[in-house]
Amino acid sequence: MSSNDLPPETKTVIIGGGIVGNSLAYHLTRMGRDDIVVVDKGPLPDPGGSTGHASNFLMPVEHSKEMTHLTQRSIEQYEDMDTFTNSGGIEVARTAERVEELKRRVQSAKAWGEPAELLTPSEVEEMVPYVNTDLVKVGFYSPGAGTCDPLRAGEVMRARADEYADGGLTVSPNTEVLDLHVENGAIQAVETDRGTVSADEVVIAAGLWSPKIAEMAGVDIPLTPAVHQMVSVGPISFFEDYDGEISFPVVRDMDTQMYERQHGNDLEVGSYQHRPILWDVEDVPSIEEAPLSPTQPPLTDDAFEQSMQDALEIVPDLLDDPEAGIRHEIDGLLSQTPDGGPLLGPLQDVDGLWSCAAIWIKEAPAIGEAVAQWMTRGWSDIDLHGADVNRFYEYGTSRSFVKDRASEGFQKIYDIVHPAEQYQSAREIRTSPFYERQQDLDARFFEAAGWERPQWYESNSDLLERYEDELEDFRRPNEWDARWWSPIILAEHLHTRDHVSMIGDMGFSIFDFRGSDVVDYLERMAVGRVDVDVGKTVYTPILAANGGFVSDLTIARLGPEHYRVVTGGAAGGSDRAWFEGHIPDDADVTLIDRSESLCTLGVWGPNARDLVDSVAEEDMSHETFEPYTAQSVTIGEIDAWAMRLSYIGEQGWEIYAPMGQGQRLWDVLWEAGQDHDVRPAGMGVYGTTGRLEKGYRLFGHELELEYDPAEAGLTFHGVKDADFIGKEAYAEAIDRENTATLCTLSVDDHAPDGGERRFMLGNEPVLDDDGNVLVDDDGRRSYVTSAGTGPTVGKHLLMAYLPQSYAEEGRSLQVEYMGQQYPVTVEVVGSRPLFDPENERIRS
Amino acid sequence: MDTLACIKRVPDTGAKITLTDDDQHIDASNLGFTISPHEECAVEAAIQQAEAHEGTATVLSLGPPDAEEQLRTGLAMTADEAVLLETEGEEWRPRETATAIADAVRDDADANLGFDLLLFGDESADAGNHQVGVRVAEALDVPFVGGVSHLDVEDGTVVAKRDVTGGMEVYELDLPAAVGVKEGVNEPRYASMRAKMQARKQSIQRSDPPSSEFAGGIEKLRLEAPDTGEGDAEVLGEGVEAVQAVADLLENELEVT
Repeated sequence: MSSNDLPPETKTVIIGGGIVGNSLAYHLTRMGRDDIVVVDKGPLPDPGGSTGHASNFLMPVEHSKEMTHLTQRSIEQYEDMDTFTNSGGIEVARTAERVEELKRRVQSAKAWGEPAELLTPSEVEEMVPYVNTDLVKVGFYSPGAGTCDPLRAGEVMRARADEYADGGLTVSPNTEVLDLHVENGAIQAVETDRGTVSADEVVIAAGLWSPKIAEMAGVDIPLTPAVHQMVSVGPISFFEDYDGEISFPVVRDMDTQMYERQHGNDLEVGSYQHRPILWDVEDVPSIEEAPLSPTQPPLTDDAFEQSMQDALEIVPDLLDDPEAGIRHEIDGLLSQTPDGGPLLGPLQDVDGLWSCAAIWIKEAPAIGEAVAQWMTRGWSDIDLHGADVNRFYEYGTSRSFVKDRASEGFQKIYDIVHPAEQYQSAREIRTSPFYERQQDLDARFFEAAGWERPQWYESNSDLLERYEDELEDFRRPNEWDARWWSPIILAEHLHTRDHVSMIGDMGFSIFDFRGSDVVDYLERMAVGRVDVDVGKTVYTPILAANGGFVSDLTIARLGPEHYRVVTGGAAGGSDRAWFEGHIPDDADVTLIDRSESLCTLGVWGPNARDLVDSVAEEDMSHETFEPYTAQSVTIGEIDAWAMRLSYIGEQGWEIYAPMGQGQRLWDVLWEAGQDHDVRPAGMGVYGTTGRLEKGYRLFGHELELEYDPAEAGLTFHGVKDADFIGKEAYAEAIDRENTATLCTLSVDDHAPDGGERRFMLGNEPVLDDDGNVLVDDDGRRSYVTSAGTGPTVGKHLLMAYLPQSYAEEGRSLQVEYMGQQYPVTVEVVGSRPLFDPENERIRS
Repeated sequence: MDTLACIKRVPDTGAKITLTDDDQHIDASNLGFTISPHEECAVEAAIQQAEAHEGTATVLSLGPPDAEEQLRTGLAMTADEAVLLETEGEEWRPRETATAIADAVRDDADANLGFDLLLFGDESADAGNHQVGVRVAEALDVPFVGGVSHLDVEDGTVVAKRDVTGGMEVYELDLPAAVGVKEGVNEPRYASMRAKMQARKQSIQRSDPPSSEFAGGIEKLRLEAPDTGEGDAEVLGEGVEAVQAVADLLENELEVT
């Protein structure tokens, strides 16, 4: 491992020598790369970024499956490097609301496979005698938690990388990146104050400096430095009787958004409760200018005042030790992103440039591993789609957006966040032409990838009366279950199935592909055969090489050399990156992003044809406009294009029109619809109730890299002749017996103990009769991937992958929700719809 | 026995010093501010002596409104009271500073001296004029010793010692007296969390000293940042092999015995 002498060229440059850069170097070399340069502007082992001031504890249980698995995997790696101390961790609840949240924590722990239990206050006191348990209602104990030494781990990783690379690793500290050279949309070289290195591949792992580095290549990494206040109090005489760094579980005082953890003879007290203090990356001082380190500016005293008061309440005995004082106090700078998640993956506007930023210490080793897998073979063992840097592409990268969302998100770090919770800041960024009309109809908007989409319409509240009997059993008496929800969604659903509704805009991402090589190209991308007649549509999985899901979407053939791909809005940025990244250099294929130029309006229900036919110039009859085909249509004055298909399983069309004419499209259909009892319906119907009754899978919920198409029940295409990405794994998956199969379940009893009827929301563990979580032969645990009420089938529906021996229709199982177990029944094994299994409605 | 420690808000000096564009001031935006290290010891001494002799300890600063931050640090160290002679941020010369402090100290006790022991840092960390302490003592007509590294008070007498080459000078001063202490005279305490929290709520006595015209015959032209040449680092070895090399270096070149 030489230092400072930069080679003129290399395969991969990693910018950043913190825990992330080191982890990447280690895993890339372990996977066979042997030509890597790591540069950092700071010295080693602590170059001055967030790695150097983190409190270094790892609490593995989160409500996100991927984040929990990444932390578990990171703990294994820290252990392997002898840099982990298993102290355990306890989250304490001071409030009744938090008690419920900690029950949900246990539920997530079970779902993701991490031991955890609730503790009484006296059990908390036994484990952590210095906690004032008068304030504690319940503790959540995570025995697997602990602390690590990321600087030492970095040294171990560099040493191991050096061995693997066998002379091919150059680590260059004190080397500042001055510029990134980009030509023809591809990265060429990294220019530093110690010379320029040509490279095929550059990874930005520069923590909170990442946006600044990305800017050198003309791209965005949307994060902002944000302050996390921390002080260290010592020497505390109580700790003198204990050897080592930590002898007591880390305590998180969740309701005050603080933590207290032993560190030798000191107690580290950290806070996320203070007001958001965001920095501009340009204001972060250099190493020379910073008294402690660039990421450890002085504590902002007034912001920490309440935190001190709260800490003194929860651990008074330690903090009032007469010998102890505040020995260290900082505004620790860390990276805050618009949604709190990491920013990983290829930056699609510059080939060969990757982002690996906004990563906590607790996930860094595993993320380094997963991104290295992504770089070397195209997919990672732990699905990183939720952390794809491209998820903010073209709407969420502005400074103002990042600042607003980071401010709001900072307050959610320790907060109780409902799974459907919506951001309040930086809204109305993407609005469809229907937006004003929908506002007039008192729509309640949810946001996806910046798009404002009605979730339901308050103007439909009269339907509650009309469907009173059907809804009676599905009103949600519990506030948590009913938060970000309305029974109107169910009424809109019933109305749609009885009459007709207008649903839209769904915020789809729409990509047109043109060129003489477009057929070959798309065949290679899709599982389904795309060389179909012009006018046909193909719903198809998009797979990674391992047969796991990258996306699922619809491809329509518009002409011999013209296709349109329609995919979910939230995954649009990542899908675009995937498609763009797989266009061969010499192929005649052009991607034209139509997401911002076309709006989409769904018209669905038994009266859909009557309605659309009344305003269309063309014949909309079943015979001339067959199911699963697409045609140009003229609706009123509007030249539109329509696909006859339905994600909610009804007769009707998705109608696409130029954004500028969208409002007129809405008005024409709305006006004509008055004769057909048309109603607006929200995404609650489209994304949940209608979808679940039809057993349709949703990317990111049912469809992900860890399950294959056979398990997901999406093998109806068979294995086509043409080659496509993931073909081998897909064919194998079809041939072998499933380890697990995606099933639809229904809840038998919403109040098995009497009392309040509860409604699961998703991510709950599925248990056998004895209360054990189901685990398949590949070690994957069963959990609810989607949950929602199916008002037409009269059941609360859950989807879950079940081990083969449990995937049996009629089988009774249990689901744990908020500390209570509920009986459920397997309704469907595989993808057969529960409602209208023969798809007669779509075909009517 | 009541004590007073005079402190100055100065930029933290633990990093590269950058100057403002006009070269008149230190750009402290990345540095933050602190109490001069010698003065931190003065505060500690003031608190210790007040505690030992059942009096009160007061911290005083002449400076901009933000100097409140340093006074609160003094309070958090458990000084009893704080006084801010508030300026408008302009630079005060040692003579004017000393005059203002002396006036305030006199005012404070109906023209009698309100304190038995006045403590100063030997010098401020930024200007380093070594003047304010002795000037205040002169103005108040009390004895003064600077450069003090050992301090005791017994039976109304201050015993102050200072290190000189090859030995130590010992002074006895009758109270009331003023002393300029050096870093090392004691180990300043870290504020406890509770004290820090209470200090934030304590009131600070404020007054506006009359701003006096410059009359010293000295004009500050500009500051120059110290040369921060990094020096050459030489790796002597790694692991166990480095031990002998380090020992040789210490013994032969640096003459550490």
